[in-house]
Amino acid sequence: MTRSLLLLSLLVTWLAGVPASHAQSPEALKALADLAADNAEKREAAVNVLGGTRDPKWLELLAALRDGNVYARTQGKALEVVVGGTKSTKGDAELIDIASAYTRTALGTVPVASLTEIAADRRLRIAIKPFLDADETRAQLASADPERRRGAALKLGHQADASAAVVVEAAIAKESVDRVRETLQQAQALIRLAHGQAADRILAAQSLGNLHSFDAMPALQGLAADPGASRAERDAATHAIRQIERWSLLVRTVETLFQGASLASILLLMALGLAIVFGLMGVINMAHGELMALGAYSTFVVQNVFRARWPEAFDAYFVVALPVSFVVAAVVGVILERGVIRRLYGRPLETLLLTWGASLIIQQGLRLWFGAANVDVSSPSWLSGGFALMNGLTLPVNRLFIIALAAASVGGMYGLLFRTGAGLRIRAVTQNRAMSACLGVRAGWVDATTFALGAGLAGLAGCALTQIGNVGPSLGQNYIVDSFMVVVTGGVGKLAGTILAAAGIGGLNKGIEPALGAVFAKVAILVMVILFLQRRPAGLFATRGRSAEA
Amino acid sequence: MPTYSRRDFLKSGLAAAGAGLAVAHGVPALVGAQSKEPVKIGVLHSLSGTMAISEVSLRDVVLMAVEEINAKGGVMGRPIQPVVVDPASNWDLFAEKAKQLLLQDKVAVVFGCWTSVSRKSVLPVFENNNGLLFYPVQYEGEECSKNVFYTGATPNQQLIPGAEYLMSKEGGAYKKFYLLGTDYVFPRTANKILRAFLVAKGVPADNIAEEYTPFSHQDYQTIVGKIKRFSSGGNACVLSTINGDSNVPFYKEFANQGLRSENAPIMAYSVAEDELRGMDTSALVGHLAAWNYFQSIENANNKKFVNAFKDYAQKKGLPGGAKRVTDDPMEAGYFGVYIWKQAVEKAKSFDVDAVRKAVYGQTFAAPSGTIKMHESNHHTYRPVLIGEILKDGQFKIISRTKGLVEPEPWSKYTSPDKGCDWVKHQGTYQKKA
Repeated sequence: MTRSLLLLSLLVTWLAGVPASHAQSPEALKALADLAADNAEKREAAVNVLGGTRDPKWLELLAALRDGNVYARTQGKALEVVVGGTKSTKGDAELIDIASAYTRTALGTVPVASLTEIAADRRLRIAIKPFLDADETRAQLASADPERRRGAALKLGHQADASAAVVVEAAIAKESVDRVRETLQQAQALIRLAHGQAADRILAAQSLGNLHSFDAMPALQGLAADPGASRAERDAATHAIRQIERWSLLVRTVETLFQGASLASILLLMALGLAIVFGLMGVINMAHGELMALGAYSTFVVQNVFRARWPEAFDAYFVVALPVSFVVAAVVGVILERGVIRRLYGRPLETLLLTWGASLIIQQGLRLWFGAANVDVSSPSWLSGGFALMNGLTLPVNRLFIIALAAASVGGMYGLLFRTGAGLRIRAVTQNRAMSACLGVRAGWVDATTFALGAGLAGLAGCALTQIGNVGPSLGQNYIVDSFMVVVTGGVGKLAGTILAAAGIGGLNKGIEPALGAVFAKVAILVMVILFLQRRPAGLFATRGRSAEA
Repeated sequence: MPTYSRRDFLKSGLAAAGAGLAVAHGVPALVGAQSKEPVKIGVLHSLSGTMAISEVSLRDVVLMAVEEINAKGGVMGRPIQPVVVDPASNWDLFAEKAKQLLLQDKVAVVFGCWTSVSRKSVLPVFENNNGLLFYPVQYEGEECSKNVFYTGATPNQQLIPGAEYLMSKEGGAYKKFYLLGTDYVFPRTANKILRAFLVAKGVPADNIAEEYTPFSHQDYQTIVGKIKRFSSGGNACVLSTINGDSNVPFYKEFANQGLRSENAPIMAYSVAEDELRGMDTSALVGHLAAWNYFQSIENANNKKFVNAFKDYAQKKGLPGGAKRVTDDPMEAGYFGVYIWKQAVEKAKSFDVDAVRKAVYGQTFAAPSGTIKMHESNHHTYRPVLIGEILKDGQFKIISRTKGLVEPEPWSKYTSPDKGCDWVKHQGTYQKKA
């Protein structure tokens, strides 16, 4: 109740547009001192007082407090609350710029050790949240970015506070973007549903149904089951629920399709390099997973270099990491091919053992160099978060990126194999090595290029996978089985088979998972692959005819 | 499917490094002019293979405790001589090595095991040869062996307080619970108990969801989508027994699909400081965990313990050095050695049966505060803490039980008719209605 009152007063203030002027009142100053107290009750009360002033400067302080940037220091006898800024190191000591709590006057640079952090625990953050939210909502509703305006509207709808009705109405009148207007209308309807008269509620329920508002489900269900409501109200609610459920079915279908596409793109990215090496060259490369791990660790190294050298350009590290991981894995691949594998062409069992040995060496090397524990690779900000496709569905950006990367890799591969001279030579050597060599194709050179390409693609996959999974020395082993599964199901030697197999396995897996759960989905997929291979041992697309290796 | 205990067993092992260290640090220098014959103890933790990454830390704290005790004159005037063996994350080898420790080396006590399957595999060896094992990891309960002392938490000392916290006003008064775990014995049993508890507290079955994923699962799209729908009315939280490796993809997907800890918090039962080393914690910040010990506990004993361990790691050149952290199982492994020492001194004997009886009711000022061994059921009274994950991989303690929580090897929610007592009964017994 107090919260909604506070919110009410806040809203009144927005409308008036005049900031409260009792800036550094004695109460606020006392509250500020209380913040440093070692007493959770007192600190919470202090937050409520400071937030209650509705003064943007105090709200800024609360924001800093939530982020863990507020400190206390002893000045003479009294405790002083200060706001921390940039940190630096000088010798052994860690230094920090500090500023005063309200006016943000710079107070110089002091050692961090001389300050005690005023930590914002969960309880304090829960207390801070409504104040900042209200402030944020105001800023967001006026924001130029439609997504932000929409977020603010969503929030107002969740709170369903009667006092916000005026603000929402004013915003609807001004809004030009359809999606945002819809969300604002949803907020308006939710508020009316919670506080309006019977006729209002029927209209609200109808409009919520038309808006396919998931967030309104609990409220509508409550209304539909409310014995105190009139028959017309209940019917309107039931109708709206049915509308939303139909929409939900659509959302789920699109969601499942996306999830299938995402898993398929990951499988494809992992398997593409293997398909080239295994399919075109007939080399069973057990070190494929480790080449992926090399790509992932290259990303880690690039990230650390950026963090140390160019922290302001940190977000760009991933763009650099992509080619670097490709090159690192490709170089190792060439060394592997020129060094040992080429001596064993046509002896698949020996190559298998050899590449397996190589995988153990690479794995142990990574373990010795980087340690046995996983390392952390942070996502750049542009690969975090999601993109709201439709009401009720957010697509994570990292997954969208991987789908695009997989598509680009496949496109690139096709272009290379079927549109360039090098691709022609690769295909020629694949089909008939002896004949190509007779015709002047440098078979050894083509082998090295092909292997480098496959290894590079593995590196690229490793780099992409850092954005969704763990990076550790045994990363490769987690993926190698899936990669082989895709390549074998697709049929050795055909890129189209690999693509289709990845799509099929990914799609089926995600189609089964919602009903049977992750464990059974995995089991079901393995059973299906086994059954399929029993029927068609050569996979989806069997290579027929005069293949030299066959 | 074998029954691995809680932590991720697929984390890469410290294989070579671990084995090398075992030789280098296995036998600390004996102290001073003690002429008495040393007493042997066994250390049975995997130093290679998949579990090494977790178990090596336990070997380290046990050896550190031994060194501390030896520096102060040993046990009953006799120095302790640890016999370190490496069961290599291989469950059969655990039994073999346990037999070797008991019959060949004739050790007085063994400190060891992490996974439930390894404990189950050595259990007959200890029971047939009347050995003594101190087991330091939280586990699923439903066990009551005469030859084992369990210093980690039973389900009621971790699972239920975590759920209770989220149900409380302070914790956010959540009404809907999504039980999510890796598919093996600990999460399955844990969720069985949690569900029984929630139902007993009046949570309708519709408000509880349960879901499992395979080991090293990476693709949490579908599950996070389900959680999102589950929480669309608000008031929902996640109780997670997901194992180490799968946590990063899970928390990342959770954040990317727009769920936040303020609205739908995750209470983790298998994420501790040691796991958070080497994780990108940005997506985890603000979520919760329930344990009996956190490195951030503020008291003199813990400060001493944390510093001693960092010094020890640095001095011995262990990987990680002074950056090493302490966590719940490590603390349990550490005070286990002291409990045994006190019991030996009380019994004035190394005889297993005499020591066993002397352990009952033993107290010790552990880093988490003063803990107490149960008077009859071979488990440990411990405090329960709720912590919030911080960006540096440490926990901020936000709730702590008043006093110690009594261990219940048989949960009263799932096995109300069973009890464990080695004083008045012979282990597990039927309670009268």
